[in-house]
Amino acid sequence: MKPFEYRSPADAAAAVRSVAGNPAAVFLGGGTNLVDHLKLGVAAPDLVVHVADLLPAGIEELDGGTLRIGAGVRNSDLAADRRVRERFPVLSQALLSGASGQLRNMATTGGNPLQRTRCVYFQDVTTPCNKRQPGSGCSAVGGWTRHHAVLGASEHCLAVHPSDMAVAMAALDARVRVLGPDGERTIPFTGLHRLPAGTPERDTVLEHGDLITAIDLPPLPLARRSAYRKVRDRASYAFALVSVAAAVEVRDGVITDARVAFGGVAHVPWRAHRAERVLRGAPATEETYRAAADAELADARPADGPDGGNAFKIPLLRRTLAATLRGLVREDAR
Amino acid sequence: MTFIDRPVAIGLDLPRRDGAAKVRGTAVYAYETPVENPAYAHPVQATVARGRVTALDTAAAEVLDGVLAVLTPATAERLASTEDRELAALQDDGVAFRGQVVALVVADSSETARHAAALVRVTYAQEPHDSELRADRDDLYAPERVNPDFPTDTVEGDVAAATAVAAVVVEQTYTTATYHNNPLEPHATTAHWEPADGRLTLWDSTQGVHPARTAVASVFGLDEAKVRVVCPYVGGGFGSKGTPHVNVVLAAMAARAVPGRPVRLALTRQQMFSLAGYRTPTVQRCLLAAERDGRLTALAVDVVEQTSRIKEFAEQTGVPARMMYAVANRRTTHRLAALDVPVPSWMRAPGECPGMFGPEVAMDELAERLGLDPVELRIRNEPVTDPQTGKPFSSRNLVGCLREGAARFGWSGRDPRPGVRRDGDWLVGTGVAASTYPVHRMSKSTAVIRREGDRYVAEIGAADLGTGTWTTLAQIAADALGVPVERVEVRIGDTDHPMATVAGGSSGMSTWGSAVVEAARAFRTRYGAEPPERAEASGSVPPADDRWAMHAFGAQFAEARVHLDTGEIRVPRLLGVFAVGRIVNPRTARSQLVGGMTMGLSMALHEHSVLDPRTGHVVNHDLADYHIAANADVAEVEAHWLDEHDPHVNAMGTKGIGEIGIVGTAAAVSNAVWHACGARVRDLPVTLDKVLPALEDPPGR
Ligand SMILES: Cc1cc2nc3c(=O)[nH]c(=O)nc-3n(C[C@H](O)[C@H](O)[C@H](O)COP(=O)(O)OP(=O)(O)OC[C@H]3O[C@@H](n4cnc5c(N)ncnc54)[C@H](O)[C@@H]3O)c2cc1C
Ligand code: SF4
Repeated sequence: MKPFEYRSPADAAAAVRSVAGNPAAVFLGGGTNLVDHLKLGVAAPDLVVHVADLLPAGIEELDGGTLRIGAGVRNSDLAADRRVRERFPVLSQALLSGASGQLRNMATTGGNPLQRTRCVYFQDVTTPCNKRQPGSGCSAVGGWTRHHAVLGASEHCLAVHPSDMAVAMAALDARVRVLGPDGERTIPFTGLHRLPAGTPERDTVLEHGDLITAIDLPPLPLARRSAYRKVRDRASYAFALVSVAAAVEVRDGVITDARVAFGGVAHVPWRAHRAERVLRGAPATEETYRAAADAELADARPADGPDGGNAFKIPLLRRTLAATLRGLVREDAR
Repeated sequence: MTFIDRPVAIGLDLPRRDGAAKVRGTAVYAYETPVENPAYAHPVQATVARGRVTALDTAAAEVLDGVLAVLTPATAERLASTEDRELAALQDDGVAFRGQVVALVVADSSETARHAAALVRVTYAQEPHDSELRADRDDLYAPERVNPDFPTDTVEGDVAAATAVAAVVVEQTYTTATYHNNPLEPHATTAHWEPADGRLTLWDSTQGVHPARTAVASVFGLDEAKVRVVCPYVGGGFGSKGTPHVNVVLAAMAARAVPGRPVRLALTRQQMFSLAGYRTPTVQRCLLAAERDGRLTALAVDVVEQTSRIKEFAEQTGVPARMMYAVANRRTTHRLAALDVPVPSWMRAPGECPGMFGPEVAMDELAERLGLDPVELRIRNEPVTDPQTGKPFSSRNLVGCLREGAARFGWSGRDPRPGVRRDGDWLVGTGVAASTYPVHRMSKSTAVIRREGDRYVAEIGAADLGTGTWTTLAQIAADALGVPVERVEVRIGDTDHPMATVAGGSSGMSTWGSAVVEAARAFRTRYGAEPPERAEASGSVPPADDRWAMHAFGAQFAEARVHLDTGEIRVPRLLGVFAVGRIVNPRTARSQLVGGMTMGLSMALHEHSVLDPRTGHVVNHDLADYHIAANADVAEVEAHWLDEHDPHVNAMGTKGIGEIGIVGTAAAVSNAVWHACGARVRDLPVTLDKVLPALEDPPGR
């Protein structure tokens, strides 16, 4: 690990100034991802600016019912919040399906969506990786791709975004509040992450020095019937092979509204707009679920690999989407 | 050979004597040994899989504050012996596998050493490497012997002729993955050279202080009397600490390079994936031929596996099939590919663990083809004498284990059809497989018994890997001396004690226990019931009785659930029954068996070191990506044993229990998964992508 300077400024504005003024500076949230990267040499900053303690650590209900989640709120506290559990079960479930109790106690709302890919080549500084070292090549192409993307990848990067929380946030029309060197702004959560295209080194649209201060959850009544289904290689403590965040509203056997997002399959938490369009107004049947999956997965492209690649993710995601929707509709009928 | 037939302490459910110290954190492990002013070493590893180092630029590392030395092939001391090329650290510029150590930084802190190691610039003349094991390679060769000293091939009768006329033949290829031992405690050493007399002390996490001393003394050309190895506690080894790896040599080299300062070296988890041994992947072509009634007429197991180019290790994968079932026509072969890969080595039950996967799944497939219950199929093939040697078994209770296990598990009345049981969204199935492990006893090991005040002290350089040696040797000594166990103190884990062999091959209890019994006998003969203060006697392992074939057996039963939609696999229940001779301590024994089964479950469902053939390294080299079973994967794991009395194995009647628990588990799980959903998974691990194609789409509900 390269030695670095550590600062713990008094407020968010000072933190932003510190980082914006130094191209080799980074924010430190709970540190559950960044500290690993410091040790592995994946991140080698000169300055580490601790923000976990200066960011709001509470969940506030605004006029109009929006829940404003401070970026300093720990994942475990967010998952346990009664309002979140009642109004957005999908979010609570997504959080609880991630990492371990100890990690969730440390991880922050601001840091979680900005955690970096778990691509094994990204994490190993001895292998080429366009995301870590632009232009060096993508080792995952022709390599181990079990955990890689089937949607929206490019020849330059097949990585997936690893966060579970982010998949729920993407489905829930959340909004991200950002404090940058030029002041505050709000961006839709689904616009935070970006596809790799030719510049996989950029995970998000944030600029250097942009600090996430809060995430807003606008009221979404249908989210009371929502669920997160994560499929992984062991029963706990593993990243998703595929995951589905879904909320549906059903009237007289017809799906009147839906929100769907996928995890584990793309460089971004994948909001499944095409699937939602198929679902809205369609009967709540197996055929509809399949049609929704087919619509969303029409452009899915598997990657090869020494152990068979990741083609299995496509049927797996179809089945998982159907299972999740079926479960929600059953719940709705009760 | 006399049998301790009225055990008092033996068989007691005593807690581990070292348990409290471990729970309180006061048990001192190798890396934490208190020493004056320690320095820290961190290796620099090759990033090519084959070639030569043409330049090593250490300037940036050397100018760093706190860096004491950077050892390279140019600056490192010349070792006395480079015969073991795994241990010949920094002796030349060759690179034989990715991750090999090409330099070593010594610094004031572990952080500085690690940082400096990252600053060493290495230039290579890279050569094309070959790290991919395939059964169709044209350069496979037959090793002279397989581990530890078995014939490479065996042929009995005529497999082809028997197969040609057989009623039923199963012939399939099964594969097991590469596995890394991954003990909790990494490979760690604190090394110190006495400036005055050149004596070397190593506090090393090892499965055998004496074997480690012998290896290190030979590498450095030292008189063994000048080397002391100390290791009271080991945070697991699973075979990977059975022989010293290069980290031990590096620690000693580093300490000599900074005179007067002890050096600590602990491998990182990532480094353990290239420097601390692993289990070779295996490809097993298995053939079973049988009569209609299930009696086997032919069996063949042809194994292909890998070793490293610089040092041969030939896993004895085909060996258990040689003695498991009564079958007249048998063939077993082993072929190796010598690859540009790290050096494979022992991992819990080398041979038996992978070697009871293919054949035991094949038995299940045979049972399916015959329409015969898989428990019954195994019972029908029970041999009277050892098929391999013709010797009688000292005891063989496989059938007892199968029957007892079937009863406890609720096997009877099992519907043999696959894919027909549902519980909510899960398909449910059950499977069985047999376990076996040879009874090993090493030919050497000495113990001393001494009276010190009102206590009897037993000294032997044995190891406790968390297995219970501190406690169980006291139980054996107590009964052998005829004194209460509270009056016996055990001293192990130090080469200052009498010579003991490695904790390997499940031989510890049988070997060291035999030495302790001999010492106690000599003690009693010499001093009678009232020994004087400082009375002392020693004893060594007596010769083994080679008239018998000696093996432990077991039967493992698994329940598997496969999710209708996602193919996720869960194993809510594992039950094993073992015939492993006398149980010295049920508590420590159960934890060995349950631990082995859990590791077998982990092998069945999760473990898989993924080697990228383009780079030659294991890419999932940390515990976030190399999955071992986590708590939520391990539900009910039950281990039972038969009350087995074997007077032939050794004075205690023990058979060794450290490894048999991992043998057969993966086959039982794979068989249960087939029974649950109809997918026959012949390639480990059994993961959801392998069962998904067998599931209905959409699932029938
Ligand atoms: C073994 C393991 C298993 C895991 N399993 C899962 C899992 O199954 N599912 C899952 O979703 N996650 C999993 N995680 C990841 C975990 O959820 C993330 O590490 C965590 O959410 C990151 O939050 P943090 O606050 O610790 O971020 P940090 O590590 O502090 O920071 C992460 C990144 O965000 C930046 N950053 C932090 N806060 C801010 C902010 N407010 N504004 C701008 N930038 C910021 C940092 O500079 C850094 O680049 C796992 C992690 C580990 C180690
Ligand atoms: S997939 Fe992306 S992160 Fe992984 S090696 Fe390729 S460029 Fe790097």
